[in-house]
Amino acid sequence: MMNLARWKVVLVILATVIGLLFTLPNMLPAKVRDSLPAFMPKNTLHLGLDLQGGSYLLYSVDTVALRNERLTNMAEDVRTTFHDKQINFTDLAVNNGEIGMRVTDPAQLNEATNALRSTLGAPLAGTPGGRDVSVTTTPDQRIRVAFVPEAFDAEASKAVEQNIEVIRRRIDQTGTKEINPVRQGKDRIVIEAPGESDPEKLKNLIGQTAKLTFQMVDDQAAPEDVAAGRIPPGDELLPSTDGFAPAYVVKKRSVVTGEMLTDAHPGFDQQGGGSVVEFRFNGVGARRFGDTTRQNVGKRFAIVLDKKVISAPVIEGPIPGGQGRITGHFTPESANELSVLLRAGALPAPMKVEQQRTVGAELGADAVKAGTLSAVVGLAATMVFMLVIYGGLFGGISLIALAVNAVMIIGLMSLTQATLTLPGIAGLILTLAVAVDANVLIYERMRDELRSGKNLISSMEAGFTRAWGTIFDANMTHIFSALIMFNLGSGPVKGFAWTLSIGVLTTVFSAVLVTQVLLAWWFRTVRPKILPIA
Amino acid sequence: MKIWPLIKVLPVRTHFRFVRLARVFSSISVVAVIASVVLAAYPFTPPCGGLVCGIDFKGGSVLEISTAPQPADLGKVRSSLSGMGIGDVQVQGFGGPSSAIVRFQTPAGADANATAERVKARLTQTLGAVHFSRTEVVGPKISSELFSKGLVGLGLAILAMLLYIWFRFELQFGLGAVAALFHDVFLTFGLIAIMGRFGKIEFDLTAVAAILTIIGYSMNDTVVVFDRFRENLRKYKRMPLGEVIDMSINEMLTRTIITSMTAVLALVALAVFGGPTLYGLSIIMLFGIAIGTYSSIYIAAPVIMLWGVKRGGEDEEAAPLKPATVR
Repeated sequence: MMNLARWKVVLVILATVIGLLFTLPNMLPAKVRDSLPAFMPKNTLHLGLDLQGGSYLLYSVDTVALRNERLTNMAEDVRTTFHDKQINFTDLAVNNGEIGMRVTDPAQLNEATNALRSTLGAPLAGTPGGRDVSVTTTPDQRIRVAFVPEAFDAEASKAVEQNIEVIRRRIDQTGTKEINPVRQGKDRIVIEAPGESDPEKLKNLIGQTAKLTFQMVDDQAAPEDVAAGRIPPGDELLPSTDGFAPAYVVKKRSVVTGEMLTDAHPGFDQQGGGSVVEFRFNGVGARRFGDTTRQNVGKRFAIVLDKKVISAPVIEGPIPGGQGRITGHFTPESANELSVLLRAGALPAPMKVEQQRTVGAELGADAVKAGTLSAVVGLAATMVFMLVIYGGLFGGISLIALAVNAVMIIGLMSLTQATLTLPGIAGLILTLAVAVDANVLIYERMRDELRSGKNLISSMEAGFTRAWGTIFDANMTHIFSALIMFNLGSGPVKGFAWTLSIGVLTTVFSAVLVTQVLLAWWFRTVRPKILPIA
Repeated sequence: MKIWPLIKVLPVRTHFRFVRLARVFSSISVVAVIASVVLAAYPFTPPCGGLVCGIDFKGGSVLEISTAPQPADLGKVRSSLSGMGIGDVQVQGFGGPSSAIVRFQTPAGADANATAERVKARLTQTLGAVHFSRTEVVGPKISSELFSKGLVGLGLAILAMLLYIWFRFELQFGLGAVAALFHDVFLTFGLIAIMGRFGKIEFDLTAVAAILTIIGYSMNDTVVVFDRFRENLRKYKRMPLGEVIDMSINEMLTRTIITSMTAVLALVALAVFGGPTLYGLSIIMLFGIAIGTYSSIYIAAPVIMLWGVKRGGEDEEAAPLKPATVR
């Protein structure tokens, strides 16, 4: 043990040099860092949002709403189908994740069921003849239509992926590059925006469903019926922001949807003044829009965004060509925002902010200052303490091991770009303070062995070999708790766990190997007769 | 007399009779654990009982506001939010005189994010120049998830330690270690409950991380003592169990004190200079290190005494996996 194996020396020197190399960028000002030659590492520690400031947003995709929307659309198909086949029915409604209805004439029940089975839903992948909806009947002539759970799960999962795609497109449209939406678990999307201390704009951009539809206003609905809450079947009452009416009764079935848009951009209304959004439909959309406007001259249609009417103009004549404009109460900014949303497309499924963490840049800077100060004070105190206890030589050796350890941790964290959070700094300090435990175990073991009558060299040997098992066991316990913390998920705590784990690895290396090499070297050069700590 | 290095003047070998006091201390510990459990659980309101729950676990929002350069008018903040129907709003001075922290829960049925937006808008309206330096919003789904994850994490950590010690030592050692862990964890909950009542520490994910660290540390300490204990059991086959335990603890005492001291030094620095975010974390860990050291001596060892260990000729069998020894 005391005979200084060459590979150990090489390993220690190599680890120290590499550690220093990767730690170095953190010490240099940005200018110097940029002018370093290409082969030098340039990554600094990757600071968490709590240290550099920024926003963390966790969205959950509302798959229940997605299902209800699909079912509501499907209910309209049921209405059309029954209407075509002249089947009388009542109580058509979407409830608890299924469509329910009652066929009035028992004789028509079979026909109704068969009609629904053949028209509703889509073929199910993987099962020939299977469909993604199930149609069941009960003896009292009721029919229930629901999604096959597996089929819907697959669809929901696809919707989450599509949501991420749409978010990415929206973010790209604004020219921000460093925000990357990431899927988490089944129905969550995480967005981290470093440096963003006021995420309201970002939230508007990301979270809006931006589902645009053009629906006909039902002028036949009697105002007194509507006031009493009696909405004609196939219609819906939507709130309005156009400033003319508080709400409109519109046909549920939409004429054209935002998916049929090929372009949208902000514009300016020459006559009325104010901002507008100009859009262009694709072929299908243009034809449908043209047909509808030709057939309904004099009537009104509603431009609906996320179930809110933003404008309800009267059709003054057919609009061919598939171009149009939305006039609402737009500012240049909101017109631009809506254009971005329409260009990037609607979210297939609505989303909701489940968790937000925003830290201002100056608060982050304060945290860095506090973290650094406490690290310096804590480590200095530990070092002085070790020097006082074990003296210049053995205390000094443990300090060198500690310094190598620190350099390796910082180097490794810079290299792997692991996120350093404020609790992570705490973890770092604690790791380093407890790292000297390995030195203490080794030194105390040496003293014990010497006391039990062994000579100097074998005591020192035994100090290492016999303390090793203890050091290993003791550090394994830290690894376990760090692994479990890692699974707790939240950003700052994850950072803490990560620092702790890296710290344990480097601690075992530096405290055991570095100490050993230094002591062996001392032993070889000085040829001591007594142990300075005994 | 030369007093440096200090190690030379420290007593070479202490001869404290730790085991003799085991009965007394174990009884005190049992009482303390029961008291802690009561403090942490009473009143039995979910999810956190007697602990002051952070928003990680109960949902809601925390806003850190700054009205610099004007001093923060806490009364005005309170009164402007009182009519909003969001129930219990807590406003506290925080850090400097111009900053404050506002905590509130999401009313039932409302959207967490929308509520926070509403509060922010109201504060901007009434306070004028207000800067939100930190915003945290946790929805109900996430908070209940984090809460169960946190508790499961704690349970898993204890289980992992039991298995590891069982694997490396003997079952009795594992049980002793786990008894010590439960002791430490429960007492820490008691501390969080008491500190919570003074508005100092919240029970949140960071606190769970701190407890997990304590588990790691307390285990570390227990393992070190056990290691020596096992070694001495083999060395002194005829010595009564209690004496072996005493001897092992005494032999490791210098190390235990030195290591605890370095940890304490670092943690005190954290608590004093680390700012409000790290304060709770470091206080919990400081406490944990103190009781972790204590429990290795007065909880882990007595449990082993109670249970007894296999000794005598069947050394090899009794120690399934020896640490590396010199040949």
